[in-house]
Amino acid sequence: MTLARPNLRAQATEARLQALTLPEGGAWARAARMAALTRLQGLGLPVRRDEYWRFTDPATLTAPAPAPAQPLADDEAPAFAGIDALRLVFVDGRFDAAASDPLALSGVTIERLPDAAARDIHWAQGLYGVLEAEGQHPVARPLAALNTAFATDGVVIHVTGPVARPVHIVQRHEDPSSDALLHHLVKLDPGARLTLLESGPAAARLNSVMEVEVADGAALHHVRTQGRDHQRRTATHVFARLGQGSDFRSFTLTFNGVLTRNEMVVSLTGSDAVAHVAGAAVGDGDFHHDDTVFITHGAEGCESRQVFKKVLRGGATGVFQGKILVKAGAQKTDGYQLSQALLLDESSQFLAKPELEIYADDVKCSHGSTAGAIDETALFYLRSRGVPAREAMDLLTLAFLREALEEIADAALAEDLSARLEGWLARRR
Amino acid sequence: MAALDNRTEAPVMEIRPDALQAREAALDVREGVDEATVAAVASLGAYKYGFETDIETEYAPKGVNEDIVRLISDKNGEPAWMTDWRLSAFARWQEMQEPRHWPLLDLPEIDFQDQYYFARPKSMAVKPKSLDDVDPKLLETYKKLGIPLKEQEILAGVERPEGEQRKVAVDAVFDSVSVGTTFQAELRRAGVIFCSISEAIREHPELVRKYLGSVVPPSDNFYATLNSAVFSDGSFVYIPPGVRCPMELSTYFRINAENTGQFERTLIIADKGSYVSYLEGCTAPKRDIAQLHAAVVEIIVEEDAEVKYSTVQNWYPGDAEGKGGVLNYVTKRADCRGDRAKVMWTQVETGSAITWKYPSCILRGDDSQGEFYSIAIANNHQQADTGTKMVHLGKRTRSRIVSKGISAGHAQNTYRGLVSMHPKASESRNYTQCDSLLIGDQCGAHTVPYIEVRNASSRVEHEATTSKVDDDQLFYCRSRGVGEEEAVALVVNGFCKEVLQVLPMEFMVEAQQLVAISLEGSVG
Repeated sequence: MTLARPNLRAQATEARLQALTLPEGGAWARAARMAALTRLQGLGLPVRRDEYWRFTDPATLTAPAPAPAQPLADDEAPAFAGIDALRLVFVDGRFDAAASDPLALSGVTIERLPDAAARDIHWAQGLYGVLEAEGQHPVARPLAALNTAFATDGVVIHVTGPVARPVHIVQRHEDPSSDALLHHLVKLDPGARLTLLESGPAAARLNSVMEVEVADGAALHHVRTQGRDHQRRTATHVFARLGQGSDFRSFTLTFNGVLTRNEMVVSLTGSDAVAHVAGAAVGDGDFHHDDTVFITHGAEGCESRQVFKKVLRGGATGVFQGKILVKAGAQKTDGYQLSQALLLDESSQFLAKPELEIYADDVKCSHGSTAGAIDETALFYLRSRGVPAREAMDLLTLAFLREALEEIADAALAEDLSARLEGWLARRR
Repeated sequence: MAALDNRTEAPVMEIRPDALQAREAALDVREGVDEATVAAVASLGAYKYGFETDIETEYAPKGVNEDIVRLISDKNGEPAWMTDWRLSAFARWQEMQEPRHWPLLDLPEIDFQDQYYFARPKSMAVKPKSLDDVDPKLLETYKKLGIPLKEQEILAGVERPEGEQRKVAVDAVFDSVSVGTTFQAELRRAGVIFCSISEAIREHPELVRKYLGSVVPPSDNFYATLNSAVFSDGSFVYIPPGVRCPMELSTYFRINAENTGQFERTLIIADKGSYVSYLEGCTAPKRDIAQLHAAVVEIIVEEDAEVKYSTVQNWYPGDAEGKGGVLNYVTKRADCRGDRAKVMWTQVETGSAITWKYPSCILRGDDSQGEFYSIAIANNHQQADTGTKMVHLGKRTRSRIVSKGISAGHAQNTYRGLVSMHPKASESRNYTQCDSLLIGDQCGAHTVPYIEVRNASSRVEHEATTSKVDDDQLFYCRSRGVGEEEAVALVVNGFCKEVLQVLPMEFMVEAQQLVAISLEGSVG
């Protein structure tokens, strides 16, 4: 007698799909969503035994309903409060027009995704789901396909010239059972420049996709912080396509969260493009933080740089999966990747898979990965100078994270995030 | 029971007169090798060992099934428990599937029923009592390969200071059987057992039964399970407590018969406080059809014992178009069972169409140590997916990985490794360095390390770099009148220095030459 093994993937996919309905929209949007749904059905949702989910269990991200997560009582100033930016507010994954600034800023047009999707013809057609579909190879990212098919809200940003102020996507989490599906598009015309800020937490469970097209000579500076509430679960994808001589910089700061998976999929398609992605994560207890980065060098003379640092305490888990793929012909590539974890106690763990896959010979690629406890000698030195133990630990922890924070090109933004980090450490002292 | 059929292989030797002269000039003539051998070897091009021995061979019928497993067991005169062990492995294997998706390899489909699983020279049907009785053709083969089967002889090509006497005991495996083991008497006086595994199963069943499959279980992976069912011979080493093995031990594997898979099994046991250095070498004739070689090596290292295992793998790599060559799918694992046990793997992988192996260390005893030094060279259409696993279970365990990968031509070369620090392996350390060198824009070099740190007092450091051969260094050599290929060989030898230095002296000389030969034709 043979027993058919239950197909966990098919079951999970079926159950999740039953809890969702395709949003209304114009012809292009409907076509893009249907195509994404077909992709998703072909791939199926991720399961634990998938190689790409080796270190992170996707079950709570793919479950039909989110696990409840209590919002954190607001006890500190909102992120980037001191930065003069155009604010777009989302509450539990829904755009809040009353709380947001008017969508008017010179050099840029900003629309809500449902508005753009309702139109029969829109430039978003050339970007929505396009980079996500390209990013499904060589590794499947089914959560992103699910997002393209079912995203209910988001912003569509088209940058045409110089923009006076940064755009800030403010996300608030109020409902303990909210399940947000956000999809943002950012398109930069040749030579355009934008600073895009994101702050969270967004919802009890967030699935977010951002597709970024950086045309020749354009520059996008993306800085985000993912909130302090502990029970939330987050899966984000950023898909970026970089044109010739363009510049893309992205930095993410994560505090806590039961589960965070940040995927960054960057494709350098024009020569001499530059991509810097970095992140710092701090957490304790059942904190699980996963940075998954895939950088494809498809043109000559490009530079990519990854710097990821994690501080783990009280049974926290840090994951880093980073890959640099250099295609044949992508000569003069400069690729660098650094992943480091500071383990503050015995029960925490760091799991890493830093990969290089290289098909061109005239390249300079390297990666480094370390994991270990705080340096006892440095600690002893500080203690001998009269610094109390906990303070000394914090000082060394901040020093460890500094290298990642230095990746933020703007001093005011770096200062804002640095102060929040110090606050987080101080509260735990 | 299936019957043996007899076949005689015709020699396959193609001589290209135009290439011959050029090769002759390029080849270095080893000491003690006669002119005729040199001429024969030169005619085969860069792969010196591609000749075939014309010898009458008896085969088991093609294919694998329970009868074949029983036949192999019967041919080796094994007791019933061994036959059952093989049969249970075979039953497991039939339920398994070849893992084709995860390695960065383009794996050819293997028809497991179109292979011979047992081949031995007819003259070996009755095992010769001493080397004097061995078929002269076999002895000639090993002589051509530079392997000393005469005792007191040292390996060719190595110069030694006056007065230094260094001996190497050799177990020579030809197709499916061990031809002979040298220095057995002298080793026996020291208490060391060094013989073929088939002999060990008969003579020392208590040791084999205790340790066989205890490091690589019969169901470990697809090819290890197949090996458990059909392995025909291999080497067995037991070093008793407190004994420092008086000489280096060596096994030399040779595939000769066509369409024959070689499945050898090596079992090394270093009892408390003992030491042994073990060398492994291998070659095969040039053939158009890929040949499967799926070996298993198990090493048990008890308290305070130390094992050094060095491999120079020079299986036939296939021709410049990627036709033929050996498929080298090997499982090698060492288990540091006792405290302060130490194991060191050193490998120079220059041959094989596909190399797919991860010599690993299980660091179970407290303060145990594992080291892995590797040079993997892939040229033309060769593929390699190789690396190591360091599993830290004991406290204060230490491991070190130094991997040098070189890709040229259309080759793909991958380092894949695991460093795992278990929660109880406190205060452990690992240092990993993986460097890749690319020669030409049609090849690939990849690094896939897995790092799992599950306790905070351990420290793991991993570094990897990928670059091309330095133009400045090449230019410097060229400006001093060094030829282009020679200059590349020099630079590559420098790149590999850290690994070459830890090789036993016999292998260091051979490895340096191999590095140069393997890269022939990769520039210009």
